Amino acid sequence: MKSSIQLRLNGHPTSLDTDDSRKLLWVLRTDLGLTGAKYGCGAGICGACTVLIDGKPVRSCVTPLSAARDREVTTIEGLARDGALHPVQEAFLEHGGFQCGYCTPGMILTAAAFLHENPAPTREAIAARLEHNLCRCGAHTRILDAVETASKTTTAQAKGGKP
Amino acid sequence: MSALLNPSHGFNRRQFLKMVGGGIAVLVVGGPAELFAQDRRRMYPEDLNAYLRIGADGRVTVFSGKIEMGQGVLTSQAQMAAEELGVALESIDMVLGDTDLCPWDMGTFGSLTTRMFGPSLRAAAAEARAVLLNLAAAKLGAPKTALIVENGVVSVQGNPDRKVTYAELAQGKKIARLIDEKAVLRSVAQFKVMGKSPRRLDGREKVTGAAHYAGDVRPQGLLYARVLRPPAHGATLGKVDTAAAERRSGVKVVRLDDLVAVLHADPEAAGAALADVKAEWKTEPLALDPENIFDHLEKAATRAEEKDRRGDVDATRAAASRLFESTYHKGYVAHSPMEPHTAVAEPKDGRVTVWASTQTPFPLRDQIAQALKVDTQKVRVITPYLGGGFGGKSAGRQAIEAARLAVAVGQPVQVAWTRAEEFFYDTFDPAAVVKVASALDANGKIALWDYAVYAAGDRGAALFYDIPNARVRAFGGTSYREEAGPQSGPSLHPFATGPWRAPGARMNVFAVESQIDLMAAAAGVDPLEFRLRNTSDERMRKVLQAAATAFGWPGPKAGPVRGRGIACGIDAGTYVALIAEIAVDAVTGAIKVERVVAAQDMGIIVNPDGARMQMEGCVTMGLGYVLSEEVPFKGGEVLVRGFDVYHLPRFSALPKIETVLVRNDDVAPQGAGEPAIVPLGAAVANALFDATGKRLYRLPLTPERVKAALAS
Repeated sequence: MKSSIQLRLNGHPTSLDTDDSRKLLWVLRTDLGLTGAKYGCGAGICGACTVLIDGKPVRSCVTPLSAARDREVTTIEGLARDGALHPVQEAFLEHGGFQCGYCTPGMILTAAAFLHENPAPTREAIAARLEHNLCRCGAHTRILDAVETASKTTTAQAKGGKP
Repeated sequence: MSALLNPSHGFNRRQFLKMVGGGIAVLVVGGPAELFAQDRRRMYPEDLNAYLRIGADGRVTVFSGKIEMGQGVLTSQAQMAAEELGVALESIDMVLGDTDLCPWDMGTFGSLTTRMFGPSLRAAAAEARAVLLNLAAAKLGAPKTALIVENGVVSVQGNPDRKVTYAELAQGKKIARLIDEKAVLRSVAQFKVMGKSPRRLDGREKVTGAAHYAGDVRPQGLLYARVLRPPAHGATLGKVDTAAAERRSGVKVVRLDDLVAVLHADPEAAGAALADVKAEWKTEPLALDPENIFDHLEKAATRAEEKDRRGDVDATRAAASRLFESTYHKGYVAHSPMEPHTAVAEPKDGRVTVWASTQTPFPLRDQIAQALKVDTQKVRVITPYLGGGFGGKSAGRQAIEAARLAVAVGQPVQVAWTRAEEFFYDTFDPAAVVKVASALDANGKIALWDYAVYAAGDRGAALFYDIPNARVRAFGGTSYREEAGPQSGPSLHPFATGPWRAPGARMNVFAVESQIDLMAAAAGVDPLEFRLRNTSDERMRKVLQAAATAFGWPGPKAGPVRGRGIACGIDAGTYVALIAEIAVDAVTGAIKVERVVAAQDMGIIVNPDGARMQMEGCVTMGLGYVLSEEVPFKGGEVLVRGFDVYHLPRFSALPKIETVLVRNDDVAPQGAGEPAIVPLGAAVANALFDATGKRLYRLPLTPERVKAALAS
């Protein structure tokens, strides 16, 4: 059923008039033109469609739009603010933590949310958190390198009291 | 911007030829003659497009029929052009895989971009540099020999104020040159951009979500199509009832012979409408399954090709005091790129433009034209970034479907396969069989090698060991060029097969290097020492020794269920040796690969970090075909629809990977995308033997198979 839905999308108030049982992935990609979140499996297994709702990673291919009602949704397009890349994005660039790039938005958002809650994780903890994000190219080693590097930046920022 | 040009800024061929008036362009004429002779396949551009153009703004546009699927050729091709032209990497724009703009290309596979297209691209850039130097000599009134080039600025040696930029030289010029195949390329000692590891040019787009893949192209009025699919390969369509689907609002139903599709502006609504289509299918029961497929292949693949024959195989075999006879098996493996096959087709002004996730834009253009029964000039294929390919996107069925549907409704149509469709229509890496008989002489040297491969082809089966009596035969062709015998019926396999990262070579090297290892064990010789004693190939000896040194071979044995294995091979002109260290869970049979050292001689290295990325990717992706990946099926029914059943390697499977680049500047750049995946099967199987004394002859080395071997 069509209804009116308000949410904050990448920092901006957004309203939609649509069926709120539609999956968030397709609303983002078709209605809102944000194609950074990818379809990979449609079953919430691979993580290519990951976006953040109130800072928590969700699989948007199995998440209804209603779950985003009155919440803050962050997609890969909204992670960089004011032209400055997020430390995780910077570190992915530095280490080459991607090859084809298709799983990358989901990897980056999952890692960014994880570091927000766990500023100084071990490499094993990072690997465990990313276990359910699939990458077929085999960029895993560099993804871990990147998230480790980013954790140093975010820890330093946390200690300095800066965001 | 240095990444892929936005397709909407594109121009058609006629405009392009006109545009040559706006700068300096180097056009295609065949390929370097020497390379033509080396490889007679039709691999070189033969049309009239340009390799590169230098605009009046000094920016360089490179046109290449190769595509970027993660392997990093966007960056490495830009490096090659920048090096030969004498410009900064940042001044290069790349246009890849656009059939209207780029030189004809057979496809991106076989690790050919750098070793086969690279020389043409470098020669074109060197030709452009020569043209610019001539112009600069005239302008500056100095002999060419007195000029130096740096970052697109030509100056007189010792007099930096006497200078002119490429942009100034290109201004108002109308120069189009043909490629000079004798162009002198810069040497390794002169390299400023090649041999370095700049950040990937596609990086910023890929970490910000700005990178566009085929499914991200959304022309006005786009409809999403879902296509009716059979329950099994070989099934034929009977009655179809689309009435219920047609009653849904906004749904268009299209039926074109065998192609039945529902279209809607919302992809989920299209999916819901497809569920309303009622279809009757007639299936042919097929008895093939993952266990009996091997007997079938041996019986059905009767057409043999002898690839090597030397000495007297039959006499040596008859005289051998001990014959080592083994049979090796491997099941079907899926490509599973994270991006399923996707295409968007837009009919407009009498032409059809198709944005496709494809490794073969030019052959695909021809296939689409054939399906639409139009001239190839009426079809343009544009290739955005690919979300992985690995050989699987050599087949472009989804793009043909999108083009047929778009023309039928006169409106843009997207066909994006679901994960289930991706598994169903994958052109799998084939199940295969190798039978080998070998023998040693009294001095522990290999005296006999009688080798037969079924259904995988002979890539990776060529001998680099010094064996006086040998025969290598391939039965049934390859995964992508099946040559079944007369008894096999229409096909060797119950579904489509095709090239998969180093096709055939993974199976052959698994068999070859397992067999070498078991002979080393029988002779009581260290596996590394045994290999070195039996090959005089210097490049192979060097990568073996480099891997052994980096690993600390053999090192102390760390425990009863721990082992290390070595294996080596040649692929795409590159030599590679791997050493794997594993731990075996004696209760579950699970193998954990803990450490892999990979040493590789790939000739001149264009981008060292890019090469390491590919080696790491090969090892990590390779863990799947070695440990867990095998497609379950019953006849033509593919019994896997998602990642819940089919297990790709995850972070928990990741070993510590160390890459060693063995420098060899005497050899032109060779392939990097495939070689390191090739020896992983044997390296791990040999490590399993080292750990447990048990040898497995079938990939993947699943926990169940390891457990059964341990109990035997």
